[in-house]
Amino acid sequence: MTRMTGRTGDLEAVAEPPRADPAAPRARRPRGRPLLYTSYSQDMALLDTRAKKVWLALLLGVAILSSGLPDDLLILLAGGYVAAIGAIGLNIVTGYAGQVSLGHAFFVAVGAYAAAALSGDPEGRVIGFGITNMIVWLPAAGLVAALAGVLVAPLAARLRGLYLAVVTLGLVFLGEHVFKEWDDLTGGPGVGRPAAVPELFGFRFDVDSALGTRAQSLYMLMLVLLVVFAVAARNLARSRIGRAFSAIRDRDIAAEVIGVPLTRYKTLAFAISSFYAGCAGALMYTITGFFDPGSFNLLMSVQFIAMILIGGVATVSGAVAGALFITLLPRLTQELPALLPFVSGDTTQTPNVFQIQVALYGLLIVLFLVFEPRGLFGLWVRVRAYWKSWPFSY
Amino acid sequence: MTGGEEEPGAAPPVLTFEDVGLSFAGVTAIDGVSFEVAPAELFAVIGPNGAGKTSVFNVLSGVYRPQRGRVTFLGEDILGLPPHRIAEMGLARTFQNVELFHNLTVLDNLMLGRHHHFGYGPLSALLWLGRARRQELAARARVEDIIDFLDLAAWRRHPVRLLPYGVQKRVELGRALAMEPRLLLLDEPVAGMNLEETEDMARFVLDARDELGVPIVLVDHDMGLVMDLADRVLVLDFGRPVALGTPAEVQSDPEVIEAYLGGAP
Ligand SMILES: Nc1ncnc2c1ncn2[C@@H]1O[C@H](COP(=O)(O)OP(=O)(O)O)[C@@H](O)[C@H]1O
Ligand SMILES: [Mg+2]
Repeated sequence: MTRMTGRTGDLEAVAEPPRADPAAPRARRPRGRPLLYTSYSQDMALLDTRAKKVWLALLLGVAILSSGLPDDLLILLAGGYVAAIGAIGLNIVTGYAGQVSLGHAFFVAVGAYAAAALSGDPEGRVIGFGITNMIVWLPAAGLVAALAGVLVAPLAARLRGLYLAVVTLGLVFLGEHVFKEWDDLTGGPGVGRPAAVPELFGFRFDVDSALGTRAQSLYMLMLVLLVVFAVAARNLARSRIGRAFSAIRDRDIAAEVIGVPLTRYKTLAFAISSFYAGCAGALMYTITGFFDPGSFNLLMSVQFIAMILIGGVATVSGAVAGALFITLLPRLTQELPALLPFVSGDTTQTPNVFQIQVALYGLLIVLFLVFEPRGLFGLWVRVRAYWKSWPFSY
Repeated sequence: MTGGEEEPGAAPPVLTFEDVGLSFAGVTAIDGVSFEVAPAELFAVIGPNGAGKTSVFNVLSGVYRPQRGRVTFLGEDILGLPPHRIAEMGLARTFQNVELFHNLTVLDNLMLGRHHHFGYGPLSALLWLGRARRQELAARARVEDIIDFLDLAAWRRHPVRLLPYGVQKRVELGRALAMEPRLLLLDEPVAGMNLEETEDMARFVLDARDELGVPIVLVDHDMGLVMDLADRVLVLDFGRPVALGTPAEVQSDPEVIEAYLGGAP
């Protein structure tokens, strides 16, 4: 395209990146003008303002310092980080690409069994190949789940909205049935099988070591992996692929007419989302060491949906916040019997804490959808707007 | 059909539309329409509501499949190709009712126009490898040119759903231009606009044609703008061609005056 005549009338100085050579070296930004970019690469950076950098550094600092927390809390948080990886995955297909999937638990299961089978004891009661290095089983679990996602994707090419949601729900029931019957792989309901072994070049994260307790090792492992998966998802979101996903979500016909192949991109969304789910599944049970085929049910899918709805659709940080929130919620409801005498900790009584938990998920989803569709992320945006000038000048 | 089929000069037409017929369960939308668009031509299609103008665009961009006829773009038969393939060949369009990606910013909408110009895959995207970053930067520079051209700088980071209608129409033109089209289809680009917005849009359309040399097919339901801008005009009514020729020829065509203008001057 030939260069077109620029009009430089009523430009907003603050939002105007000057014409810069894309290859120009990073330029420093004048203080107090966080939105004045002097090069496009600066403008397109992941952490494009100083405030974002400071907040992220603070959060990471807190997360790392938290490794000094009691072991039972660390285990809980490690589980939350793994759930966050899964939630980021669901957000890719549902939040960004707009394909509502209730089948996430199925892909989590596929990853969990792929990893467990690969790293399992070859002499054991259930299928095992004895490859315990997670540098092998983690990507492999993701890839097997991604393959399952690719196989399911043609449904998404045909179905929309609620129809897709219902069909992917069927996937969960189908999976539940297969996993319950396939004893050789899963150990069967009520028995289960050992999970993947979290070992990396000889270092075991699931046993106490010179570097820390088992809980501390697992906590740090999951934290590091979450950061890696989150950064990759942010990269994806700002790429041509993330944009194409959002285009399909907002207006699929227009997306196709401007050159986005719908089927290919829906398939890609399912594949990447399922890759994340598979990795989350593989990691999830390394913490408990054991898992049962009954775990991968509708409730798990609903929990993932709750994470992204409560956390905020189509943001990575929202998925992380939502996952931590949903993971910590049971811990909070556990305290209820002490506070409210009529609530029982016993499942045979009514009302009990588990019923309250499920009701709370539902209530929270409804409340967020009605009052803050952007979820926790939206609340954060509001709070940030409120404290606009504090503590960093915007 | 009347007059003006052949363009001066020997350059082959960018687009040929030959005896196309399209109907939906009894409703005839297009009935034996033929025309050609020459390189750098500004070709207009006019007709009252329901005349089949939008249907012609939907056939061209692969959204509708006509029951009969032949359509070639840059010498290639495009009937039956999926919309994204036709877009990749260089056919860009805007929609009568704005069809933007309404949760995305102006910038992202325009970057999406460049979707098929990128050559990196999912792995580069996830890792933001050099290739992805370089291509995104280059695309961004192109898109910024269009933002300047269409005077959209003030809206760059706004989600398009928050923008006034007239600005949305401009963003949609920008998205089509970002595709670096070989042919641009504009469906009622000034519908619902006030006089000033209409004049701005007319300016942008002419500039796009003159500076980029891109041929344009412009659809409108009223004569005013079209008669000023177009090199040639096709008049449709009930899916049938009524007249084809220069604006002057069309305006003096008795059948057009009779059937379409209803005797008005
Ligand atoms: N998808 C469709 N299904 C049924 N009828 C349609 C469809 N698209 C267009 N039509 C019919 O085709 C005719 C031409 O419509 P259209 O091309 O939108 O006209 P215009 O753009 O000139 O106003 C109308 O009678 C319209 O009802
Ligand atoms: Mg129309």
